[in-house]
Amino acid sequence: MIPDLPAAARRYLELIGRADEEGAVGLVVSLLDEGVPAEDVLLRVIATSQRRVGELWESDEWPVAREHGATKVSERAVAAVGAHVRPAPSRGRVVVACADGEYHALPAHIVTEVLRLRGWHADFLGASVPGPQLITYLHREGPDVVALGCTLATRLPRAHALIAACQAVGVPVLAGGAGFGADGRYARLLGADAWAPTADAAADRLASGLPSFPSAREGAARVGGEEYVYLTRHRAELVSRVAATLKEAHTPEGGHDDDLGYIADYLIAAMYVHDASLFTDYVTWTCGVLLARKVPAEFVVLALSVFRDVLNDCPRAQALLSEGVAAAQMCSAARQQRRAFDAGHAPFSG
Amino acid sequence: MKWATGSADPCHRAVSPGLMAALLEHSREGVVVCDADGVVTLANPAAVRLAPRLEPGLPLPAPLDSVLSAPEARVVTHDGRQIQVRAEELGEGRIAWYLTAETSRRTEFLLEAARRLAASLNPHRCARAAAELGTRFLCDAAVVFLPPASGRRIEWIRVVPGRSGPDEGAVPAAAAAEVPGLTDALAGLREDVAGRQDPGGTPDWLLPEGFGPVGHLLVLPLPGNSVSAGALVLARRAGRPSFDEDDQGMAYDLATRAGAAISAACLFRDQSTVNGILTGDLLPPDLPEIEGMRLAGRLRASQQAGAIGGDFYDVYLPESGPVERPPLVILGDVCGKGARAAVLAGQVRHSLRTLLLMESRPERLLELLNRSLLASPSPHSYVTLILAALRTAPGGHVQVDLAVAGHPPPLVLRRDGTVEEVAVRGSLLGALQKISLWPATVDLAPGETCLLYSDGITEAFGGPSGREMFGEERLRRALASCAVMPVDALVERLEQLSTDWLRGGQQDDRALLAVRAGRGASR
Repeated sequence: MIPDLPAAARRYLELIGRADEEGAVGLVVSLLDEGVPAEDVLLRVIATSQRRVGELWESDEWPVAREHGATKVSERAVAAVGAHVRPAPSRGRVVVACADGEYHALPAHIVTEVLRLRGWHADFLGASVPGPQLITYLHREGPDVVALGCTLATRLPRAHALIAACQAVGVPVLAGGAGFGADGRYARLLGADAWAPTADAAADRLASGLPSFPSAREGAARVGGEEYVYLTRHRAELVSRVAATLKEAHTPEGGHDDDLGYIADYLIAAMYVHDASLFTDYVTWTCGVLLARKVPAEFVVLALSVFRDVLNDCPRAQALLSEGVAAAQMCSAARQQRRAFDAGHAPFSG
Repeated sequence: MKWATGSADPCHRAVSPGLMAALLEHSREGVVVCDADGVVTLANPAAVRLAPRLEPGLPLPAPLDSVLSAPEARVVTHDGRQIQVRAEELGEGRIAWYLTAETSRRTEFLLEAARRLAASLNPHRCARAAAELGTRFLCDAAVVFLPPASGRRIEWIRVVPGRSGPDEGAVPAAAAAEVPGLTDALAGLREDVAGRQDPGGTPDWLLPEGFGPVGHLLVLPLPGNSVSAGALVLARRAGRPSFDEDDQGMAYDLATRAGAAISAACLFRDQSTVNGILTGDLLPPDLPEIEGMRLAGRLRASQQAGAIGGDFYDVYLPESGPVERPPLVILGDVCGKGARAAVLAGQVRHSLRTLLLMESRPERLLELLNRSLLASPSPHSYVTLILAALRTAPGGHVQVDLAVAGHPPPLVLRRDGTVEEVAVRGSLLGALQKISLWPATVDLAPGETCLLYSDGITEAFGGPSGREMFGEERLRRALASCAVMPVDALVERLEQLSTDWLRGGQQDDRALLAVRAGRGASR
């Protein structure tokens, strides 16, 4: 009988939610023993549940500590799948790494295991690999490809530096992870040799063959700019000034100072890749996350407006912030509409 | 040619003289038209760029005039520049010449060789690049032989276009000797400057099945750092032209450049192997499973390429011997950074291993270590250290006997989420003849955690303003938020918070080591 994978994924989520490592590892091993292909265990049980963990954190149903605990257990579960099923390498050599400062290592770990299952000799260097360490590894081990993961768009400037560094030592780069955009647009912009949205797509893309050497590029990618440099250099002062202004304004229900830092980081990333949607998508997402934590979208509108006032010498940043304000106002309006709708439909309202 | 449908008179409607002029103006191909007398009547900007002496009203300059109309282009040299020229008769005695710049194969080869061979410091990647350059510019199959790194087998990498990737293998020296001239080439000797060899003597294993008979063979030494960096074999199939003088010159260039690249790569490989052996003992150890507790540790060195530094931790499991003792963990910080600090840290870890054969009392161990550091010939051998003996107690408890020498005292995370600093202190090691110690014992109930850390964590400057210290208070709060996490997630989260705090700023070495009583998460 073929085990019911959605049911297994639900059971798995329950186990990792309690940080029950033995239970979770036991479950994935028993699925393997029942004949479920290892790739399905990785992608349809573990990865699916982890996506759900992310959603549960976003909606504030799980505190961050529970999310971390669950993710840690999943790392053990992925390792257990790898230890249980290990075909002999029959293809080339791939090294999987996360951009410097990138701590979401689990997706890259899953990619590594899927590649091993497909016969690649895949090594995983772990979370947040400093550039010099990765390049030293490339010289020493001579892999055919670097698979570079980036889950947060704020790491794109660092990912770009890593892509360029790998290519400079003659190793092509396959980029993956949500940070490169849902359609991989930033992977192309930053000159990656290939892009794949998921672990199995990455394996397919490698199977179809990558050039042995990064192709020569005409000129540099169009990234960054004067305002980007200015903001990167003065990020700390900027965030302090915005925080101080918001405090003076006695914002009634404010977010955390960290939220201001994230806003600055996404603004900087959007300026780096010259793409307003990177910023507005973040604003919409963060409005939802903050709302779940009882911080209204008006806080985001206010914070972005203060950023805009402070950055009066940066017209490009101001334009981005105006788009961000509009996005946050949409979130706020949508919520008010829903509230009005709910009020209108409440029984015996009057 | 295709025209828009519905044009009654395509030549006049679709292509007005203005449009025609614009088309010629922007064409990247040079276009020249002469009348029946050989006088230039039209030369578009691309043509003038390629052949500056073209002038409407004057006769077509040499050597363009020597190109007769033919479907095949010819390459001519005009003012030292190579131009591909194709001539076409237009009727009424008029002739058009189409001009494009010829990038010489040699220029392209030199650019590509520089780009590819300068990139990697890995001998295999360099060898593969050399073989791929060979087949792209010179031959049907290229094999690079690498000098034997260890043992007697000679590794080879072969590229034949049309196959999915390079083939690799290794042969004993005796088999390599079957390839004409290879033994000499591997020894750096060449009989013939060009490296030409008798293709008839090629052994079957050298080329893939179905390659067909070899018509022409070059075998060249790869010159290295005064010793050979290997050899390059280039083969063309029978029936193909032989390697002419240009080809031989290019093959010589390729061998020279590949040799330099491979020998630099071998040098790097040898040095990094030695480096790996020397630093291997300085890296933090894998943490063992200890009955009744769980350990998790993290170490980040400030000097990122080396991954070693002055912070360290270690675990000493009980050994059979005269001294009975529980498992012991240490975490410490040596004055300084980088390799120099790492060497001293390694000495401390090793000294302690030796001392533990004879002594198990924490205070006594620290006193002995202090004396050994004072006697050390290297100046500034200052070390701070926490020593923690881990005794399991009934009910899943763990008793931690702590002795601290000049190090921040450990923090304890209780089951209810409160965080306490352990009241334990003592003086720095390596500075004073006599050290003072105030040891303490902490009882951990199941699920409770004792965290040892180095000052790189608390003294990290960064945060929203970039100038704020992380501080002990922030570490306590962060630790308190980790009560429900597995201990390895706890350590990872603390390291992540600290890295986020630094925001890529100047880093000190940072070390974390956590001991949790019982198995599994605390709840």
